[in-house]
Amino acid sequence: MTWLRLLAPAVVALLFLACWEAAVRLYAIPPYILPGPVLIAQTLVRDWGTLSGSLLVTLQITLMALAAAAGLGLLLAILFAQSRILALSLFPFAVILQVTPIVAIAPLIIIWANDVTLSLLICAWIVAFFPILSNTTLGLNSADPNLVDLFRLYRASRWQTLWRLRLPSALPYFLAGLRISGGLSLIGAIVAEFVAGTGGSASGLAWRIMESGYQLQIPRMFAALALISATGIAIFMALTLLSHLLLRHWHESATGGH
Amino acid sequence: MSLVALRGVAKRYATGTLALEGVSLDIARGDFVALLGPSGCGKSTLLRLLAGLADPTAGSLSWQGTARPEIGFVFQEPTLMPWATALRNVALPLELAGLRRRDAEARAADWMARVGLAGFERSYPRALSGGMRMRVSIARALVTRPPLLLMDEPFAALDEITRFRLNDDLLRLWEAERFTAVFVTHSVFESVFLARRILVMAPRPGRIVAALDITAPSPRDGAFRTSGEYAAQCRTVSQALADAMAEAA
Ligand SMILES: Nc1ncnc2c1ncn2[C@@H]1O[C@H](COP(=O)(O)OP(=O)(O)O)[C@@H](O)[C@H]1O
Ligand SMILES: [Mg+2]
Repeated sequence: MTWLRLLAPAVVALLFLACWEAAVRLYAIPPYILPGPVLIAQTLVRDWGTLSGSLLVTLQITLMALAAAAGLGLLLAILFAQSRILALSLFPFAVILQVTPIVAIAPLIIIWANDVTLSLLICAWIVAFFPILSNTTLGLNSADPNLVDLFRLYRASRWQTLWRLRLPSALPYFLAGLRISGGLSLIGAIVAEFVAGTGGSASGLAWRIMESGYQLQIPRMFAALALISATGIAIFMALTLLSHLLLRHWHESATGGH
Repeated sequence: MSLVALRGVAKRYATGTLALEGVSLDIARGDFVALLGPSGCGKSTLLRLLAGLADPTAGSLSWQGTARPEIGFVFQEPTLMPWATALRNVALPLELAGLRRRDAEARAADWMARVGLAGFERSYPRALSGGMRMRVSIARALVTRPPLLLMDEPFAALDEITRFRLNDDLLRLWEAERFTAVFVTHSVFESVFLARRILVMAPRPGRIVAALDITAPSPRDGAFRTSGEYAAQCRTVSQALADAMAEAA
C-alpha cells in the first residue's frame, strides 16, 4: 500500500517527462519556446551556483513565514477560544486580510516595511496564517462536549481545560491547517518576490524566473520553476510526516487509510 | 440518612422542553438506585442535575452536609481522551486535583487492575475493545473514590455477553467500595439485576411514577440471573413500566 502510494505517482511523472522529451525532439521545438526535461536538468546542474543561492533565500522566507503563521495563528486561536467577544470583534478582520489579494497590498507593505526581507516575510505570512487560525479555532471548539463536562465536574481550571483538553483536541485541525499553510507560505513568498522585483545576490527564485524571462533563458526559467515545485512538494511531505508522527496513536487521519 | 433529597425539581430547557417536573426523591447513602424509563423521559437530565452540570429551574436539591460530594460520572460513551494512554485517562481526575503525575499514575494503575485491565496501561483507547474502554471509563470515575457514582446508560452500546460481565464486575466493586450509585438504564433486566431500588420514570413531562424495592440476595451473581425470583421481579417492574407508559399516553 505504502509502496503503491510512492510508485504510482512516480510512474506517472516518468511517463509524463518521457512524452515531453519525445515531443520536444520529434517536433524540433526550439528551447526558447519549450525546453525538454533533459535540457532543463542540464541547466539546473550548470546554474546550480546561482539557483541554489536563490532557493535558499526563498526557502528561508517561506519557513520563517510558516513558523510565524503557525505561532501567531495558534496564539490568536487560543485567544479567540478564551474570549468570545475578542473572537467576534477580530475574526472579520482576519477574513478581510485573507480575501484581499496579496498582489494588491504587497506594494504598500514593501513601502511601509522599508526592508525587503521583512516585507516578503509579512506578505508570505498574510497568505499563510489564515488556514491555521481558522482550523485551530474550529479545533479548540470541537472538544468532545462530554469531556468538557467531565473537566467541569472535576473543577478543572481554565488553564487545565485548555492545556489538557482543548489543545490536544485541536491538534489534528492545527496540523491540517499547517499542511495547507506550508504550500501557501511558499506561494506568498514567491508572489511577494515578484512584486518586490529586486535583483542582486540576495534574490529568490521568483527573481531568477523574471531575470531568465528578460534574457530569454527559458531553460533556466523552467529550472527555477522545477525547484519551486520540488520545494512545495518537500514541505508538504515533511508536514505530512510530522502530522503522522504526532497523530499515529490516536487519530483516524493518521492510522486509517489516507 | 439520605445523601441527597430532591423536592419538586423541574427543568425546562431554553428550547421550551419541560424535561422534568415535580421530581421529589431521596437517595440513601450507600444505595444502588436505578432510573428506569424510555428514552426522552429526562433520565440524563436528572443525572446532570445531580452532578451539578445543570441547574433546576424549580425545586431544590439538598445534600447531606450541605455541599455536593465528590462525584464520579460514567457517560453512555466511554468518553476517553484518544490522545492519552488508558493509564493517563484513568489518572486524569487525580492530576486535575493537583496530584503529582507519578502518584496519580500509581493509583490509576491500581484501579486499572481492579477493573481487570492490568497490562493495558500503555494502550491507547482506539486499541481497546468497547467493553475495555468502558472499564477504563469506570476506573477513571472511581479513581478518586467518590462517595457518589453516576452512570448514564453506560453499557447500552455493548453486546449482551460483555454487558453481563460488566454488570457482575460493577456489583463486585460496589459491594467492596459501598459508594452510592445512581444508574440510568432503559433495560428492565439490567435494573433488576443491579439495583436495590428502581425509580420508574415517564415522559412528557419527565417524572417519577413508581419506586420499587428489589429484595434479592447479596451478592448477586450469574445464578440470580436465571432464578425464578429474578424473573418475578422483572415481571413486576415491567408491569410498573407498562402502567407508567399507558398513563402517559
Ligand atoms: N440540552 C438540551 N436542550 C434542549 N432540550 C433538551 C436538552 N437535553 C435534553 N433535552 C430534551 O429533554 C428531554 C429529556 O431528555 P433526556 O434527559 O436526555 O432524556 P433521556 O436521558 O431519558 O433519554 C427530551 O425531550 C430532550 O429532547
Ligand atoms: Mg439519556
